[in-house]
Amino acid sequence: MSMTESVGAAPAPPAPSDAILQVEHVSKSFGPVLALRDVNLYLRRGEVLGLVGDNGAGKSTLCKIICGFHRPDSGTIRLEGKEIHLRSVQDARRHGIDTVYQDLALVPQLPIYSNLFLGREATLGGPLRLLARSRMRKVAEDYLQAIKVSVPSVNADVETLSGGQRQAVAVARATRSQVKVLLLDEPLAAMGARESALIIDLIKDLAAKGQSMIVVDHNYTHLFQLCDRLAILQEGVITFDRLVADTSLQELTEYMVNEYRRQVDTGRGERADGAGSH
Amino acid sequence: MARHATAVETPPRMAPGPPQAGWALAARRMRRVAERREMAIFLVAIALFLYFWTSTTAFASYFNFVTLAQFLAPIAVIGAAEAVVITAGEIDLSSGTAFIFFPFVVYFLWANAGVPLGLAIVISLVCAAGFGLINGLLTTLLALPSFVTTLGTLFALDGVMLITSNGVQETMSFGGTGGSVLGGYSWSEILWALACVAVIYYLLHQSRFGSHVVAAGGNLLGAAEAGVAVRRVKIWCFVMTSVVAAFIGIIDAARITTLDPGNDGTVEMFYAIAAAVIGGTALTGGRGTIVGAAVGAVVLGILYDGLYIKGVSAYYFQLVLGVAILGAMVANVQLRRAAVRRWRSIRR
Repeated sequence: MSMTESVGAAPAPPAPSDAILQVEHVSKSFGPVLALRDVNLYLRRGEVLGLVGDNGAGKSTLCKIICGFHRPDSGTIRLEGKEIHLRSVQDARRHGIDTVYQDLALVPQLPIYSNLFLGREATLGGPLRLLARSRMRKVAEDYLQAIKVSVPSVNADVETLSGGQRQAVAVARATRSQVKVLLLDEPLAAMGARESALIIDLIKDLAAKGQSMIVVDHNYTHLFQLCDRLAILQEGVITFDRLVADTSLQELTEYMVNEYRRQVDTGRGERADGAGSH
Repeated sequence: MARHATAVETPPRMAPGPPQAGWALAARRMRRVAERREMAIFLVAIALFLYFWTSTTAFASYFNFVTLAQFLAPIAVIGAAEAVVITAGEIDLSSGTAFIFFPFVVYFLWANAGVPLGLAIVISLVCAAGFGLINGLLTTLLALPSFVTTLGTLFALDGVMLITSNGVQETMSFGGTGGSVLGGYSWSEILWALACVAVIYYLLHQSRFGSHVVAAGGNLLGAAEAGVAVRRVKIWCFVMTSVVAAFIGIIDAARITTLDPGNDGTVEMFYAIAAAVIGGTALTGGRGTIVGAAVGAVVLGILYDGLYIKGVSAYYFQLVLGVAILGAMVANVQLRRAAVRRWRSIRR
């Protein structure tokens, strides 16, 4: 354990005044497993932050805490400087934090427009709260067109879509209503080159519009294309936090390779499981 | 109310476009109808109806239609409710027992305790809601499979019924206009059933709740991540099923006027689940059709009634039922595959 600390679990640099999101001293355990240990992280307004780490480093856990799915054991989250206590995903959405999950959280049996409105359906009111289907269809069509996502029809069930189209639908759902902070958990996982390009363009368009985002991935070549700043999460600790302009792919590669060697030397290599070679 | 007003004010549809566009639209509509999940069972229903109509004289008679309607009404209602529960990724094995037990509650309150009939029915339905709540809470909070939960509550409720009734049959005749409305009039049970099925249809296919039911059954974790209160949705499914089964049970009892604690309701439950499944509701969750469940109940009713009229031994009924379920399932799966293939092929 002391090995990781020596690498630099130093306090995060004080958050700049234009930080939209601050994560302060957040820890989280699942039973005996310590998933996050005193994590400090900030996101500036309009910034795209890349969060890198091996499988099991705690990236998804951190995401799920920021989006209200899990509650931290300790630590605080500030949005626009104000401390917030997120009790649920809905609660986080009300604050303007939305997420595209690694598993996309789409329902294959529902049409695209229903997925875009899942959990926030437009209704006609009344005791049964009937769906305002035509209104939802129209909004879905217009919005997908606006962000240049092409699908056969908003009435098509999600199960008929390709992986890239599904990812695009998931991104569209998270960004449809104005969000202050958008979390993207491995948006390029299990995607071919052409589909990756589609999603990268979509994220770049959002960034150009000034959307503040945290993008999680373990492929940092992708993140170099997308992000303004990169942070590395290792075994529940942030060990690296630098502007993309101040680092290079080579430096990061060397850093990760050294980390991997260090883990192999201390007999922990089996945990890295080749993921550091990405 | 406001919604009705706007619907009335909507101007009549524009005149149809050029004939070609009309044909294309009609063809598209036809194809969409053909791809509907309940289509297979609908065709089976028509085929069976025509078969028994042409091969027997007694089938297409007023009295037989009354019999048929009375037989299939509870199956259609409980089947529709089961379609919702199954779509949510759960199952309720105790619905048939609720169907038998809660009329007893009405009887105890009304005949023994002197509670006014209307109030007795309301109290009985509230108890049914409580029973559904127990099913839902056990399933969601203790993370038990609903198959196990509702199997347990099925036996428990049957036990309560046997203890409280001492296993003795009771006669419950409401009489008067109330009795006719509830179940005395030949067609009242099927009319109540149609009303129940219509409400359940809107609940599953047209409401926000229904969307969440499909989401919970289709992708439980994803639905939770997207902010759907999946536990609450499932609990409401169980509550709805119990209440609906109890309600149609009371209607059925009002018609038959006999309460039999010797029946544990499992036959009704299995027919209802069969109706839902052969109608196109997937046991794996995420897909359900209320129209399909209702048509499934019609198919079971026509089979039962038709084979009886033809003088076929009741033993054959089970065999035919089994084969029919398998046949309808195969047809459903194949139709669905064809539909998915078509969607994939027209992807832009």
